[in-house]
Amino acid sequence: MTTITKLPDPPTGGTKKAGTLAPVRKGQRIGDLKMALVFIFPAMIGFVVFFLIPTIRGVYLSFTEYSILGDPTWIGVKNYVSIFADELFWNSMAVTVQYVAINIGFQTVIALGLALLMHRVAKSTFIRGALLLPFFVANVIVALLWFWMLDYQLGIVNEVINWMGLPRIAFFGSEQWAIPTIAAVNVWRHMGYTALLIFAGLQAIPQHVYEVASLDGASPTRTFWGITIPLLRPVLVLVLVVTVIGSFQVFDTVAVTTGGGPINASRVIQMYIYQKAFTESDFGYASALSVILFVILALVAFIQMKFLKGNESDLD
Amino acid sequence: MKKSIGVVAAAAAIALSLSACGGSAPASTEAKGEINYWLWDANQLPAYQQCADDFTKANPDIKVKVTQRGWDDYWTTLTNGFVAGTAPDVFTNHLAKYPEFASKKQLLALDDAVKNDKLDLEVYNKGLTDLWVTEDGKRYGLPKDWDTIALFYNKKLIADAGYTEEQLKGLDWNAKDGGSYEKAIAHLTVDKNGVRGDESGFDKNNVAVYGLGLENSGAGTGQTQWSFLSATMGWTHTDKNPWGKEFNYDDPKFQETIAWWTGLVEKGYMPKLETTVGASVADNFGAGKAAINTNGSWMIGQYTSYKGVETGIAPTPKGPDGKRASMFNGLADSIWAGTKNPAASVKWVEYLASADCQDVVASKAVVFPAISTSSELAAKAFEAKGIDVSAFTTHVKDETTFLLPIADKAAKVEGIMKPAMDAVLSGKKPASSLSEANDQVNALFK
Repeated sequence: MTTITKLPDPPTGGTKKAGTLAPVRKGQRIGDLKMALVFIFPAMIGFVVFFLIPTIRGVYLSFTEYSILGDPTWIGVKNYVSIFADELFWNSMAVTVQYVAINIGFQTVIALGLALLMHRVAKSTFIRGALLLPFFVANVIVALLWFWMLDYQLGIVNEVINWMGLPRIAFFGSEQWAIPTIAAVNVWRHMGYTALLIFAGLQAIPQHVYEVASLDGASPTRTFWGITIPLLRPVLVLVLVVTVIGSFQVFDTVAVTTGGGPINASRVIQMYIYQKAFTESDFGYASALSVILFVILALVAFIQMKFLKGNESDLD
Repeated sequence: MKKSIGVVAAAAAIALSLSACGGSAPASTEAKGEINYWLWDANQLPAYQQCADDFTKANPDIKVKVTQRGWDDYWTTLTNGFVAGTAPDVFTNHLAKYPEFASKKQLLALDDAVKNDKLDLEVYNKGLTDLWVTEDGKRYGLPKDWDTIALFYNKKLIADAGYTEEQLKGLDWNAKDGGSYEKAIAHLTVDKNGVRGDESGFDKNNVAVYGLGLENSGAGTGQTQWSFLSATMGWTHTDKNPWGKEFNYDDPKFQETIAWWTGLVEKGYMPKLETTVGASVADNFGAGKAAINTNGSWMIGQYTSYKGVETGIAPTPKGPDGKRASMFNGLADSIWAGTKNPAASVKWVEYLASADCQDVVASKAVVFPAISTSSELAAKAFEAKGIDVSAFTTHVKDETTFLLPIADKAAKVEGIMKPAMDAVLSGKKPASSLSEANDQVNALFK
């Protein structure tokens, strides 16, 4: 390797250089490839068996009528045509987007605040760890816990509201409150974890940048907007991409609390897919819905990476 | 990164193709070995465990493993079992579910067994055996029990309101003004200041005790909520039952019934739908928050076990036709088509459907067995516990029952009707909007 790099460049230029270097590089690459394959192999098995094959089969099933009992029947794009005329599908998309907006909006702002506090104020490992606690509890447990605490008749939150002389709130029961309530429950569960990711990003910002800023007499607000946010951008984009995709797939919280109701107020897309597949035995239709969700999520991730320049850093 | 239900479903399908080879073992024709039996009601587990023990005593070659799974998991686990080849040999089946299982060829027809073993189908309560015969004339279940609907009431709240139990047992109803049924419900409703629902100054936004409790909208069936009223109007869910192909949710008789029933919410006599998400209707009854609940006979045990609440049971009100009505639902035991032990399974199902087992179930006083003589025993067993169940049995005696609607695509019908009924019950849409839902439902059968 060292001998190659020390070779003097022939005056004839680039093409010849590439020519002389190519065989050596190629051999090297093959050697790496063998080793790489060995390392990738275990992960590859999992990827192929649990992701690739099921995804391909899912796409295939989306063009069929399939009730899981019996064989799938090929029906072309009929499922997709029906979906575009399906009011419940559009409703579920609107509900999901509403959920994502509330969930991600609050979660990101709160997590950023918490991360700054962890970075600057709360240096104790105990407090930093405690922030993560809700994330360690299973989703379904968190959902049920809040379901009980927010119960209209018997929940502790409504008891307190009632005691203060205010009217009780049907947190999970009313159309206006169902989605904000579910979003808030998940913000509570995920904010510590999201804060931890952002906190890691904050620690990667070199201290000397802040020192220069303070020497120049920049106010804390100006430092925040002028230094912290721009330098944190790659991490923020990563956090946004991951949380938005996760948020789009909200299911368990809905399934164990409202079940999609009242009326259709919390029938998020994953709930609707579940209903079509496992309640109504329409696995073909449900697969088509899943494929559409897959495309939407891929687009969302792409747009976020593209416009927020998540793969570049201002540190360079 | 992407993981969706469709993918999970596909994975399940792959699991199917892998495990399908497990089904090659020859089906034994001799009645011996171990068979699996599933049921969903934990209250009935002791009774059926005893049946299984008695059965093994009489047939030492056959062991029965009884498994209970809660209603919510029961059907998905069962369907997954069909696909994966791990379903139980024999299981408790439901009228709303079996048509699909039968059409997907997951159930073993019992016609040969009935013929060969000369089973007497006349011993069961009228109508129960016919429920399990599909359109092509094949029988897929032998009846195990039945249920009807009645009014559970809080004896103390009734007495406080100046009502006698006799009065409550003689209520009548109509869709115009609700009859004495609505009068009772109104009078039993009490607001925070102690003002009753039919008195001036009643504050409908601050109700302490509702006259009538609310479980949910009942979706397209309304088994415990409104079907006992709409039936007295001469309305039926479908053009024929079983195996209806056209639903009647656009019928004015139905929509008038629903308009009256949902109107109770607006009047403050019944809780708002949004407040019922969470705690169960029965628990609210147990907490003294409602005077009357309409519910099924399978709930007798729960309603009579609340501490500090004395519960009485009254029959459903008489309708405009001067008669009462109750939906009649019957469970049965079915055999999975994939069983490796059909002979033993048939023997077990026949035992479950025999007086030997059903008398045991009767003695536990949890449900009414399908055999007429056994259900009389059950009524006596309830009586011995101090519970008068005549409100449920009267429907069978007077033949005022009608069958739970049996149709294909029941899950899809409920999928359309639940949001539609929720919208009406929460006051978002008028009852006439159900005509639109009816069109969607009927489009399923075109």
